[in-house]
Amino acid sequence: MHHARRTTASLAAALAAGTLALAGCAGPGTAAAAGDSVVVDYWLWDSNQLPAYQRCADEFEKQNPDLQVRISQYGWNDYWRKLTAGFVAGAGPDVFTDHLTQYPGFAERGLLRDLNTLEATADVDYGGFQEGLADLWVGQEGSQYGMPKDFDTVALFYDTTMISEAGMSPEDIAGLDWNPEDGGSFEKALAHLTVDENGVRGDEEGFDPKNVAVYGLASNGSGGMSGQTTWSWLAGATGWTFTDADVWGTEYHFDDPRVQASLKWLFGLVEKGYMAPYEEVGTEPNPQQALGSGRAAISANGSWMLGTYANLEGVDLGIAPPPSGPVGHPVSMYNGLADSISAQSPDPEEAARWVAFLGSDDCQRIVGEAGVVLPARPAGTEAAIEAFGERGLDASVFTDLVEKKQTVFFPVTEEFGAIDALMTPMMDEIYIGDRDVATLTEVNDQVNGLLK
Amino acid sequence: MAAPPAPTVRGGRVGRRDDTRLALLFILPAGIGLVAFYFWPLLRGIWLSFTSWDLLSPAQFVGLDNYRAMAADPVFWNAVRVTLLYVVINIALQTAVALVIAVLMQRLSRSTLLRSLVLAPYLVSNVVAALVFLWILDFQLGIGNQVLEWIGLERIGFFTSEAWAIPTIAVVNVWRHMGYTALLIFAGLQAIPATTYEAARVDGASEVRTFFGITLPLLRPILGLVLIISVIGSFQVFDTVAVTTNGGPVDASRVLQLYIYDKAFGQFDFGYASALSVAMLLILVVVTFFQYRMTRAGQTDLN
Repeated sequence: MHHARRTTASLAAALAAGTLALAGCAGPGTAAAAGDSVVVDYWLWDSNQLPAYQRCADEFEKQNPDLQVRISQYGWNDYWRKLTAGFVAGAGPDVFTDHLTQYPGFAERGLLRDLNTLEATADVDYGGFQEGLADLWVGQEGSQYGMPKDFDTVALFYDTTMISEAGMSPEDIAGLDWNPEDGGSFEKALAHLTVDENGVRGDEEGFDPKNVAVYGLASNGSGGMSGQTTWSWLAGATGWTFTDADVWGTEYHFDDPRVQASLKWLFGLVEKGYMAPYEEVGTEPNPQQALGSGRAAISANGSWMLGTYANLEGVDLGIAPPPSGPVGHPVSMYNGLADSISAQSPDPEEAARWVAFLGSDDCQRIVGEAGVVLPARPAGTEAAIEAFGERGLDASVFTDLVEKKQTVFFPVTEEFGAIDALMTPMMDEIYIGDRDVATLTEVNDQVNGLLK
Repeated sequence: MAAPPAPTVRGGRVGRRDDTRLALLFILPAGIGLVAFYFWPLLRGIWLSFTSWDLLSPAQFVGLDNYRAMAADPVFWNAVRVTLLYVVINIALQTAVALVIAVLMQRLSRSTLLRSLVLAPYLVSNVVAALVFLWILDFQLGIGNQVLEWIGLERIGFFTSEAWAIPTIAVVNVWRHMGYTALLIFAGLQAIPATTYEAARVDGASEVRTFFGITLPLLRPILGLVLIISVIGSFQVFDTVAVTTNGGPVDASRVLQLYIYDKAFGQFDFGYASALSVAMLLILVVVTFFQYRMTRAGQTDLN
């Protein structure tokens, strides 16, 4: 079933790509020559979402015969380089999928349109999106730089069979608690799920942490400066926040003992044998593969990975919220994507009409029905939960976290690139075990120095 | 009408004039290319190193700020150290292995098939070679580590431990380049007159004695040039690192080129990246100058 779906999806993607290539050949010339239809260039990075957005574009073109939408998809790594090159050459898209880590830099350089100044998007009621998502895209002077499109949170994925073999139930996993001192019942569960090469469990006598066959927790690397799927849900559950404000903070909090203790606990798992060492996973960790191959029992990852985990062969997938922390409940990072309009677009009003449609119930429901991501409008979110439900997947774990406000925002500040470049090697060093978490206090001064 | 000039003189003048024009015409395309794609970017790069430029807003002149920041930047100095370590391991191994292969090719077998085989790794692109070794040497799944385990040794994090990353990358590149270097050296060996070897044989010199007494000294100029070319190439290592470790673990394989690339295309700090590039240029100029002097690559002992 899943396989068939995937084939159809990729076929559709291939067809769409083919059509795009053809359109790409003819597009600009004919549009300019004919003069009766304006072409709006739209970029996104996720190939899984391309078919759904193509359906949106078809629907939009039906409703707006004078407009044509041309979608291009580039992989995440090329996407930002191409986009920047596009800005430099003045040949970028009119509308593009934007990320919280990138838009402050663009906004700072005046490369984004304020949606409030364009006719089609001026009167959008941003209260109609999942709570807080629209605020993430408001610039320091109150400009709206993005139309929310989807959101993601983080939860625990596990193989139900492996859990029950260990004598645990899905309810057990959903009801774990954690603290940075002794790790709580979460650490006990990880210990129990860890098995060494002689078949001895991590909480049993004679366990060999140097020769582990199954790790309790799958490694997803050091997580860099945001630790989105690695440590943000731990540090967040202590009540720690990245910066002094939800958005546009001017001071980071890496000097806080709570984040340092959380990191120390997480990467301390390596020595205990409950998580793979850096040596094993390197710079390209693959937690879904670790879960799929039975190398790890539990993997923390984002809602956007739901489809990938669901397709793992031989895994009876279970999903649970992150463990409840010292604040008394689980916490997940809450990240939202949006569509932005380039300031270089020659047809901003037309681009705004497309963006308004992207942010409408109509389009977000189409995207939701594809069952790939969780759209930002409740109608779209519900459609997605239903689509996932049809495949036997309970996506409500991800949305509950948002409903119950058990979230911490992705840090939105200036200088993200420089801060990330500074911190990622240091986080790796902490993971490897060569750096004491206490040194983050000094690093925090450096980080805050970059913000001044 | 004046008397016609002597045919020889006229012919000479006409010939000279034609030559100059023709020569200029021939040089022109290459000249334009050299100025447009070489001198201009070089000058612009040097100019940019005195500016702060993020591609999207106009460049601002900041004087020596980038160079001051560079002098105080631990990542830069680490990159210099890591790059030097890479060059030393890479060049020492590569030259030694290539020299042995070249001498064997000359003294033992003249099979064209063998020569082609030796060159084969060089035909594989850097990125592909790096990817293949990344899989072979993967800590968990790589056959390299499986073999280590079968023969009773510990698994090694070839690309994922700080101690092994640079040596591993250096050896991967030795594997790819040794055939090419061997071929260059082999060409040099062909230039050594066979009579000197005959004389050595008549005198009863052993193969080893012949190698150190004849081959090496007579090969010196070629070896010098090969070294200069391969050292410059080695300093510019990038793709293998980008594919396998991306500079990690931590900064253990963050070579200069990768740091320049990170700064320019990762953080859009083109001013600083240009300053780093100028530093690399200076290092190469100094290294090449000393190499040239030390190996006396411009002179030969064959005369």
